[in-house]
Amino acid sequence: MADTTATSVQTATSSAPSGFWRFVRRNPTLVVGLVILIGMVFVALAAPFMAGDPLTMKPIDRLKPPSEQFWFGTDQLGRDVFARTLWGARISLVVGISVALLSVAIGLAIGLLAGVVRWIEAAVMRLLDGLMAIPSILLAIAMVSLFGASVGIVIIAIVIPEIPRVVRLVRSVVLATREQPYVEAAIAGGAPMWKILVRHILPPTIPPLIVQATYICASAILVEAALSFLGAGTPPEIPTWGNMIAADRIYLGRAPWCIFCPGIALALVVLAVNLVGDGLRDRLDPRIARRM
Amino acid sequence: MIAFIVRRLVSTVVVMAIVAIIVFLLLRLAPGDPVAIVVGDNASPDQITAVRQRLGLDDPLIVQFFRWAGRVLVGDLGISIFSNEPVSKLIAQRLEPTLSLAVTTIILAVVLAVTAGVLAAWKVGTWLDRTVMALSVASFSVPVFVVGYILIYVFAIQLRWLPVQGYQPIADGVVEWFRHLVLPSIALGLAYVALIARITRTAMLDVLAEDYIRTAHAKGVATGPVLMKHALKNAGVPIVTVIGIGVALLIGGVVITETVFNIPGIGRLVVDAIQYRDYPIIQGVMLLFSGVYVIVNLIVDLTYTLLDPRIRT
Repeated sequence: MADTTATSVQTATSSAPSGFWRFVRRNPTLVVGLVILIGMVFVALAAPFMAGDPLTMKPIDRLKPPSEQFWFGTDQLGRDVFARTLWGARISLVVGISVALLSVAIGLAIGLLAGVVRWIEAAVMRLLDGLMAIPSILLAIAMVSLFGASVGIVIIAIVIPEIPRVVRLVRSVVLATREQPYVEAAIAGGAPMWKILVRHILPPTIPPLIVQATYICASAILVEAALSFLGAGTPPEIPTWGNMIAADRIYLGRAPWCIFCPGIALALVVLAVNLVGDGLRDRLDPRIARRM
Repeated sequence: MIAFIVRRLVSTVVVMAIVAIIVFLLLRLAPGDPVAIVVGDNASPDQITAVRQRLGLDDPLIVQFFRWAGRVLVGDLGISIFSNEPVSKLIAQRLEPTLSLAVTTIILAVVLAVTAGVLAAWKVGTWLDRTVMALSVASFSVPVFVVGYILIYVFAIQLRWLPVQGYQPIADGVVEWFRHLVLPSIALGLAYVALIARITRTAMLDVLAEDYIRTAHAKGVATGPVLMKHALKNAGVPIVTVIGIGVALLIGGVVITETVFNIPGIGRLVVDAIQYRDYPIIQGVMLLFSGVYVIVNLIVDLTYTLLDPRIRT
């Protein structure tokens, strides 16, 4: 009797798994990406409690390989690479998230305006074509060298080249929506312009924008690291992954952990954000998912 | 056909003009005296007077712009703060390494990516397809400089197969020249390969679903010709487009790759300029690279007419 109950319970769970596991099985990329990302955010927030000071220099302990005391070894000035890698996650995540939010907000506003007001459209699209032609790393280098290096300038310098891409996306959705019968009906019905914008034209732009925002976040993290690496990003005294790699690159042969620990952390975060983007795209936009 | 080419030429000129306006205004928007930015901190009073006259800061902005743009058009990009040499001369000296790196990377990447994309589409759903797609997601996520240092560590420091860093002019022997370019090209081209391979696969999948492919198979055409002649040629437009758009990726990557591999090219010139805040150099390279990007995409648009005659109207 007890046996049969057990079997029936088992069959019940395997034929109808709980909502959580079904979600995991149907969205593997999204879940894997989210797990890595949440782990990274946790580690970044907990850096002060999990690791020592990222700035303390101990010249006796310089270029020590990974050990029980220093999990990721030490750098050329005897600083703890594990602590620096953890603290570096903060800058990367702050820059990635700020750039994604800012460029989507600004791009959405410009895109909606350009999609509705004809004369703005022509002027803005020309300007953005020009902006897109300038390689974003060079534009950022120019801005940092003109306006000085700080996290704020780095964020602005990465946001500006991303705006045209958001505007183009918003505009393409708006142009398609504008022709829909329900929008024409709303116009014919005499609904005010702002109401049509908010109720009918804005909503369809949101799902593709969420996907786009995750890709922008990933690329912003890469660009921030590249700028720091080139010496045109966050000031060198702040521990960022790019700064760490730049500072110790001449010790590649002697102390590879100084370069590979921040490098792997960087690749892992960007991979996680990209996976979340792919997973969201599959869920939110099945039309594109089929083709990619 | 001619109308299409003329229209594309006009829009190219317009985009370049807007690039020039943005680059010009950037210097004027910066805090501080533009003269101080252009001559640097250690300039003599004579130099300052000379640059002040050259920029003509008392004239209206629009006059300043046209005077500046006129000089840029004849190749006068100003004087470097650090070395006191004309920027155009400095760029010309650095052209060979950058051009070598870019051309090698584009050729290697396109051959590799198109092959991988065609194979993935042909064997869609198999382990081959999955591997190509997984590798392409991974290569989007690993930054150029991390790939570069991994390659140096494995192939130059540990295995000693290839040189660690540096550049050999092609005049000193093609073999050494190429040996110095292998690792930089792989590092620079990885994300580009991923991008092209993905688009090739998608475009090929669309074309392979067409009726004429089934017809070709049915009438007994061998698989090779079906893939290359019937399918790839018709999948050409999106592939060529992404090869053009991806050049932006390469231009950004060149700056980083030349720093990692210590290649004395134009990218390295810019990076060295950062630490001296040598704005004339940064501005000159920005104009040059934007111009390259715009012209590459003009060429891409013109090749559409060869691939798809319907676009010629």
